[in-house]
Formats: sequence, C-alpha cells, structure tokens
Amino acid sequence: MVNKGIKKLYTFLIFLFLYAPIIVLIVFSFNDSKSRGVWAGFTLKWYVELFKDAEILKALYNTFLIATLSTIISTILGTFAAIGIFNLPGLNKKIALNLNYLPVLNADIVTAVSLMALFRFLKMEFGFATMLLSHITFCTPYVVLSVLPKLKQMNKHLAEAAMDLGATPFYALRKVIIPEIMPGIITGGLMAFTLSIDDFVISFFNTGNGVSNLSIEIFSMTRRGINPVINALSTLMFVGMLIMLLIINKRTEKNELERGV
Amino acid sequence: MKTKKSILFIALVLIVGVIASGCGDSRPSINVYNWGDYIDKSVIKDFEDEFDIKVNYSMYSTNEDLYVKLKQGGSSYDVVFPSDYMIEKMTREGLLAKLDKNNVPNINNVDEKFFNLDFDPSNEYSVPYMWGTVGIIYNKTMVDDVVDSWDILWNKKYEGQIFMLNSQRDTLAVALLKLGYSMNTRDINELEEAKQELINQRPLVEAYLGDEVKDAMVGGEAAFAVVWSGDAVAMIRDNPDLEYVIPKEGTNLWFDNMVIPSTAKNKEGAEAFINFMCRPDIAARNSDYIGYSSPIPEAIELLPDDIKNSKVAYPSDEEIENTEIFKDPADIISEYDRIWTEIFSD
Repeated sequence: MVNKGIKKLYTFLIFLFLYAPIIVLIVFSFNDSKSRGVWAGFTLKWYVELFKDAEILKALYNTFLIATLSTIISTILGTFAAIGIFNLPGLNKKIALNLNYLPVLNADIVTAVSLMALFRFLKMEFGFATMLLSHITFCTPYVVLSVLPKLKQMNKHLAEAAMDLGATPFYALRKVIIPEIMPGIITGGLMAFTLSIDDFVISFFNTGNGVSNLSIEIFSMTRRGINPVINALSTLMFVGMLIMLLIINKRTEKNELERGV
Repeated sequence: MKTKKSILFIALVLIVGVIASGCGDSRPSINVYNWGDYIDKSVIKDFEDEFDIKVNYSMYSTNEDLYVKLKQGGSSYDVVFPSDYMIEKMTREGLLAKLDKNNVPNINNVDEKFFNLDFDPSNEYSVPYMWGTVGIIYNKTMVDDVVDSWDILWNKKYEGQIFMLNSQRDTLAVALLKLGYSMNTRDINELEEAKQELINQRPLVEAYLGDEVKDAMVGGEAAFAVVWSGDAVAMIRDNPDLEYVIPKEGTNLWFDNMVIPSTAKNKEGAEAFINFMCRPDIAARNSDYIGYSSPIPEAIELLPDDIKNSKVAYPSDEEIENTEIFKDPADIISEYDRIWTEIFSD
C-alpha cells in the first residue's frame, strides 16, 4: 500500500517538474499586467493583441513555413541518402556514416557561422532562401539517422523478391522499401520539424532583412522584457500540439481496431 | 491514395504561398532593424500608408548583435538604432552613412541639449530616438536611510537585498562613480580599484540580473536595484512603493539613436522614416508605448500627465548635469573583459 503511494507521488512529482513551467506560462498569459511578478486579474487582452500584431504573426508564418518546407525537403533527401548509405560497401559506408554524424555532434554555433561564411562566399543575399537552406542542412542528418535503423530491421531479401516477381527497381522502392521504413521516415520528419521550429542560433546568423522567425523575435525582446503576447502565443501552440496528439492517438486506436489488433 | 493526394495538395498550397508572398508588394521598401519591443507598431503602419513605402521590420537584442549583422554584410538595413558608444565605433569603422539634413527637417524638433554630443560631434550621422539615465530604484517600505549616493549599495545592513545589473559597462561604472572617477576612465589603476570595490560588494549582492530585475523589484524581492530610467517608470507604475534616484556622484546618460548604415539601398526612404519618427505626435506615441524618454519637447507635451511630470523619465537639467555618456573603450576593451571576469572568478 505504502509502495503504491510512493509510486504515485513519484509520478506526480516528475510530471509536476515537467509541466510546472508551462502551467505558469499559461496562467500568466491571462494576467492583466505586463509584469510577470504580480497577478493583476484575469484578461484576454494578450490574445486579442496577438492577432493584431502583424510582426509576430509574420514571424509565426515564417517559422511554420520554413519548418514545413525544410521537413519535406530534408525528409526526402535524408530518406534517399539513408538508402544509399545502407547499400554502400564496407569502408565507404563507415566513412559516409561518420560524415553524417559530424553535423549532428557539431555545435550549433559552428554550423551557423560556417553556413554564414559559405553564403557570403557565394555572394547570396541573406533572407528567406538562406534560412531555409540552412535549416535543410541541419535537419537532413537527423532524418538519415532515424531511417537507417529501419533499413537494418528490414528483411533485405524483400526488395529482391519483389524484383524477382517482376517489379522494376523503382516500383519495388515505392511499394516495398518505403512502406517498410515508413515509421523511421515519420520519426525523422517529426524530428526535423521540431528542430526547425526550435532553432535560434542558426536562424539568427543566416537570416536577412525583414525575415525573422519566432525564436529571433522572442530573443530580441529580452532586453526590454518578453511581451505577454508571447505567453498567449505559446499557450495556443501548446494547446494545438495537445489537440494534435489526441487526434493522432484516437486515429491509431481506430486503425488498430479496424485491423483487429 | 487519399493521404497521398492530400500531401500533394498541401505541398502545392505551400509552394503557391511562397511564390505569392515573394511578389505581393510592388511598393519601394526600407529595411528597419530595431531593438525588440521598441516601437509602437501602429506607427509603422501609418508610415507605410502615408509614404507608400513598405517597411520590412526586424529586431535585435544587443548593440553587439547589430554590429555583427552590419559588419558581416549580406543583407542591407536602411535604418538601425544603436546606442551612443556603438555609434562611435561604427562611425570609426565607416559603417554609417552621413545624413542629408535637408531630407530630415524634423530633426529641429529635437531638444538642443541633445545635439552635438561626443559620440557624434556635429550630428552628421545620428538622430536621438530615446534617452535615459541609470540610477537606483529602492523600495520605500524596506529602507529608512536617505538614498542619494551609490555608497548605499555597499551598506552591510542591506546584505542580500541588492540587485546589480548583469552588464559589464554599467556595473563597472557604478563602482567607478562611487570612487569618484570617470566611468570612461582609461587608467588601469582606477579600473583595478573599481574591481576591488565590486569584489567587496559581492557578498551583499543577491543577484546580477538583466530584464528579470523588473519583476523581482515589483514583487518586492529586494530593497535596491540598479536600473535604467525607462524600466523604472514601468516598475513604479506597477508598484508605487518604489522610488528612483539619480545618485549625487553622477551617472550614465545614454542614448539610442537612428542612423543609416553605409550599405543602405534606399537612403531617401530611410531619411523619410527618420523624419517621420521625429514628428511630435509620432514620437509621443512611441514614447508612451515604450515608457522611455523622448528627446522631443513637443512630444513630451502630448504624453499623459503621470509621465510628462515624472522626475524619473524627465529629470531636471540640474539633475543630469552631473552625467557622462559612455565612450567606446576600443583599445582597452580587453581590460574591461578581464576585470569583469576576475570579479566573478574567486
């Protein structure tokens, strides 16, 4: 009995630790004062102001546009790269794998500054394009890493069997290999998406006039205090994620029922 | 099959979206780069409507960030808002373009006392945007002594009741002024003495804070803090027990100014923007939103009474007589860095 109580307490404390910051943030998004120090009554004004704030909405738009585009592109690039690397012979495979690890382990700031140097060297105008390219650059290795284990798990004779039965290599890729490694591709894509939304350092160094994302926008507020509008925005993003998660769970449940699992 | 179609559809929508957003606006444009949350955004909209110029607005958080962006090149900004010492540095390195004052007639609205300051001796490059002082904010319910000197921050009675700024120049300046030296001193011995003062003070200091100091003071967490006057106005509004003092030894007078980088692509547009920002009604709206002090007397008249008459935002000439403006330490900046590190190293 005592044991069970301790278990419950432990779980509760862990979740409190994880969610306390978010709860505070949500509560203060309804605070009638600009200060985070005092509670001055309930208001919805920050939500109203959020939808009137063209700059923040534009930053939000840029954030999601770049996240979506870089996810789509890096997922495609990464998946094919993973299949290619997987089929390389011995030493070459090792070299390619390590070259893929390097950008993952490398510090963000090094990636950021070196990308900046590259774009300058190529005389590119800094802006949306350079930011998108840099996001694709740092997302792709993660996709490769999440697809590779799925390829390892796959029965390597599957594709051969398909081709024996008359499938062209491309048909076998589409109908056999890709569906087999789909969970890896989805994980990689999700990882790319969240990494892209999260990133500040690389975005900051590789964007130009007039193009900013949420992380840059929020960071630039630190001298004068984070505007509570950001609390409202973060609350909405959190609730959005929660709803998405619930829908996904519901759908997988339904699928499993239909397939009789 | 259905999911594939919907994915294709989403991709198509996105691509069209990107293309459409790229060529939606045919108006001429200017790129404005400002501090975060440092303008009333409705002002930008009004400027766009009135001059038919599109404003691409983005933000940074420190002078150093701005400097890196300008120095690195690759993107061009038309109007930026650096502080005093950074303007000195940028001018020296040829990063700024000279203003054509015929295009900025409203510069005459600016109070004469803010002209021809050391960092830009004949205002060839810059127009003041906001200004303020550094001082001590204290909680009247927690302090019985008279607060009129930096010395109070070294009073053992208030151990653990003091917040200092997590800012190298500002905190060193406090110690230098306490010792009666110039905060722009280039004398290594004076700097070493200031370092020792700050080391002695460290046990009394609760924390070295940035922007969080506002919430902490409003929440009554400590008796004293060193703050910028603009923030003090906001804090006093939230907690009337607080009071702001400019110590008698003097303090730092600071300016954020509008300048045009030498790489600007639309200099006329930039000058029109700067001119617009100096219009009294516009300057008043910005100052009201930000809470910092405007250098334009006619704008001050348009502000609500509590700010207009505020001794914090608009100290009398005598009160700011004893102030200095930061100079760029240029060649001895590494000494500053060393001293700042040593204060926290043992």
